[in-house]
Amino acid sequence: MARPSWAGQAGRIAWKDLHIEGRSREVLYTMGFMAALVVLVFSFAFISGQEVTVGPDVVAGILWVAVLFSGTVALSRTFDRERESEAIRSLLLSPVPRSAIYAGKLAATAAIMFLVELLLTPLLAALFSAVLWPHALWLGLLLLLGTIGFASVGVIFSAALLRARSRDALLGALLFPIVIPVLLAASRATAYLLDPAAPDLDPALFWTRFLAALDVVFVVVGLWTFEPVVMGD
Amino acid sequence: MLSRMPSAHKSSTPFLVGLLLTMHGFFVVIFLVANAPLEKTMGIVQKIFYFHVPCAWLLMLSTFVCAGGSLAYLFRGSERGDRLAVCSAELGVLFGLCVMVTGPLWARAAWGVFWTWDVRLTSSLLLWLILIAYGLARRYGGAGGRRLAAAMALFAAADVPLVYLSVNVWRGLHPTTKVVSSLASGMRLPFFLSLAIFSALWGVLLTVRMRVERAQARLVELAIAVEDAEGKSS
Repeated sequence: MARPSWAGQAGRIAWKDLHIEGRSREVLYTMGFMAALVVLVFSFAFISGQEVTVGPDVVAGILWVAVLFSGTVALSRTFDRERESEAIRSLLLSPVPRSAIYAGKLAATAAIMFLVELLLTPLLAALFSAVLWPHALWLGLLLLLGTIGFASVGVIFSAALLRARSRDALLGALLFPIVIPVLLAASRATAYLLDPAAPDLDPALFWTRFLAALDVVFVVVGLWTFEPVVMGD
Repeated sequence: MLSRMPSAHKSSTPFLVGLLLTMHGFFVVIFLVANAPLEKTMGIVQKIFYFHVPCAWLLMLSTFVCAGGSLAYLFRGSERGDRLAVCSAELGVLFGLCVMVTGPLWARAAWGVFWTWDVRLTSSLLLWLILIAYGLARRYGGAGGRRLAAAMALFAAADVPLVYLSVNVWRGLHPTTKVVSSLASGMRLPFFLSLAIFSALWGVLLTVRMRVERAQARLVELAIAVEDAEGKSS
């Protein structure tokens, strides 16, 4: 049987993860529930009485904070499954380039996160009467770019923390300082897109491009560092 | 392994000369800064500039040295690179603390607020947070902690140019880098000397800290050797 290409191998690893997830739906449900809870927690904290109008800045912020917090749940599970019965060992022993493993894990995690975000955003829009439809596709692109930026760093950290005792506590603490530029760019761009009174969308375009540049840098560094990071001493 | 010369026996003369020069330099700099001309609008408050900018530069330098050491450790397995990375990260946290204390002090006097979300302030804060997170990863990261921390340093170094780019697009409240080239001639000498002396201090501290780290590694090595020898004799 011919050996699949690099992209084919990455695709198969992503498919394996998505297949397992499709059976248990564990990450989808826990992450989705967590994301909805973060949005509700913010609603209870920010809104009082009959007042339901909050600015687009706040809505964009709540959306991205929910993505970040719930994304941490998805990331900690990405490699948790490989820990069971030491599956990580067989994965690393398989004749697949480590960068393909990284790309596959990244694709699977980003896909699951993106799916949750597609359900989360309309909920947010309904709760805060934000207008999504004029720039729905652009918003979708932003969500995708932001998710890739976040997950590209997160997959590396999640893999490195595989054997750490305080794994779950550390993941967020180490990940957030690095991905704050992603949060900044994504929430700024989203705020401009959600603002019906915005005079023009140039800033949104700038931040979208900035986010894309961040993604490229993070994915390149990720592909490059994954192998030495997961190799044992 | 044991046949290697103990590191403590290495010649200390260049280090001691550097230490003395640095200590002496600080007296000269204080004198020069005190005698530098007063800035027209800010007056005495501006003098913190001679302290704040060198510290900010060292925060940046520490990040890149940490990334360089991490690179050598991650891809070539260099233990020395790893020591360099951890020591410069610690110095980055220290000098970053100086930036975070002197910056708001100046800002309160010049802008009327302790903190603004200007991009340069934010990016320095981010760098500082990443270096603190680096320390957390090393201490509590378990078996993969060292490699994780090294990867963090590389991500941090990749972050810096992008953050800098966004500064130039979103010119904020913070004085831009043009300040240095537009310095009055009387301020130039104290400023650059202060920069040099602070960098020398950084070098001295880095040397001391790396010696401690090396001695620790050596101690562990010796303890293992002793244990092995005891195990064989019993």
